[in-house]
Amino acid sequence: MTTRERLAAVQEWVEVRVGISQLIEMGREKKVPLHRHSFWYYMGGMTLFLFGIQVGTGILLLLYYRPSSGEAFESVQFLMTRVPFGWLIRSIHSWSANLLVFVLFLHMFSAFFLKAFRKPRELTWLTGAVLLALMMGFGFSGYLLPWNTLAFFATQVGTEVAGRVPVVGEFALRLLRGGDQVTGATLTRFYGIHVAILPALTTVILGAHLLFVQKHGMSVPPQVEADAERAGKPLGSYPFLPNFLLRDAIGWCAALGVLAGLAALFPWELGEKADPFASAPAGIRPEWYFGWMFQTLKMLPPHILGFEGEVLGILAITLGFIIWFAVPFLDRTPRPGNRVTRAFAVGGWLALLYMAVATAMVYWPQ
Amino acid sequence: MNWFLGTSAGAMCASVFYPVIRYLVPPDIPEAQTSQMVAGRDGDLKPNEGKVFAFGGQPALLIRDEDGGYQALSATCTHLNCTVQYRGDLKQIWCACHNGFYDRNGKNISGPPPRPLDSYKVHVVDGDVVVSKS
Repeated sequence: MTTRERLAAVQEWVEVRVGISQLIEMGREKKVPLHRHSFWYYMGGMTLFLFGIQVGTGILLLLYYRPSSGEAFESVQFLMTRVPFGWLIRSIHSWSANLLVFVLFLHMFSAFFLKAFRKPRELTWLTGAVLLALMMGFGFSGYLLPWNTLAFFATQVGTEVAGRVPVVGEFALRLLRGGDQVTGATLTRFYGIHVAILPALTTVILGAHLLFVQKHGMSVPPQVEADAERAGKPLGSYPFLPNFLLRDAIGWCAALGVLAGLAALFPWELGEKADPFASAPAGIRPEWYFGWMFQTLKMLPPHILGFEGEVLGILAITLGFIIWFAVPFLDRTPRPGNRVTRAFAVGGWLALLYMAVATAMVYWPQ
Repeated sequence: MNWFLGTSAGAMCASVFYPVIRYLVPPDIPEAQTSQMVAGRDGDLKPNEGKVFAFGGQPALLIRDEDGGYQALSATCTHLNCTVQYRGDLKQIWCACHNGFYDRNGKNISGPPPRPLDSYKVHVVDGDVVVSKS
């Protein structure tokens, strides 16, 4: 038996059991709409690619990381300075986390402005919003793991924010911290959340999200549909396999290049080991994607209408998230010219503008 | 029959989830109440200087006034729990997290902190700076 025949036999064995050719045929039959906003369709695949990078580099980091307040900082220091390419793996993990959240924001806002949440894609939106919350949870829990000063105070403030939510706050605070204060118990808990609980939840929700995308296909913006109808021309499309996937792959290669460049030119800093009895250092701030919330809490006065400012701020932000989750059920029949649709579009732009300005203020020299 | 099956299923779920939820919430471990401790030696701090020290598991701030007297306060910001520091250049207490300011007596004077810092008593006994709660 020649090598070629042997390979063909293996291929046949796999084909009978897995049915790869059926999957390929399905990919060829799946069509991706082609129009002036098609570019935004690539954001989902890019997010998935960066999530894959996070899983891969995260598993590698686990091999050296030690989740206790006495050893965490030292283990990351060892990884950065002594382990071959340790600095590269950690830097890629950190940079990729930031790019992932950035692309996720693009994906979410493009889905919002192009009305991709409308019937029958309400659950696609909801699972996507939950995935965004999970990714921010990954960012928040992962930030503490190196146990440095910046991470310590970010966790102190972040968990305190959760603790100020009326009724459930105290329960949430103790649940997150594993006690009343941020200690080694918090670190161990955040480690468990970061490497086990969030990945398990993400696997389920991501599976559902991809299933819904597969079931309903890609959404065509109502304006594009209306324009095509007016012109009397059917909308163009092209096959998912190989056309769309190959274009996706070009984006992934570019993203990998950007990540390698960022990691090599700007390796992620480790900072100083956390000291629970040191003052918060000047210039302290959270990761950029929490910046607008941080700035909001900073700008609010101590008291508003007899209530503590930060409590009202936290309630307003929570309400904003609830409205964001409920968008498909509030803007039910989005179409050009509809008053509710227009109000939501303006609200979305204002929210985006506020987030951008508040984030810029965090980095503005004082 | 449905009632019986439903109740059994509900009881089974409760018997699984109740221990899990109780397990997730850490037990209350009362810390040894420290009501008095030595924060340092008299003269360690220069006038118009401050330092953070651990007082019963919480950060506290000791400030030496320009006339040689001492002030001791909780170092936990009343806004969102960051640890404050004494700024000799401003003669004020500052929280770097959200730019909150307190005067030397712990009164919140600008920025987001909603309440003053708790203050402690300070005595100098045989050259030791002793801080005590009320």
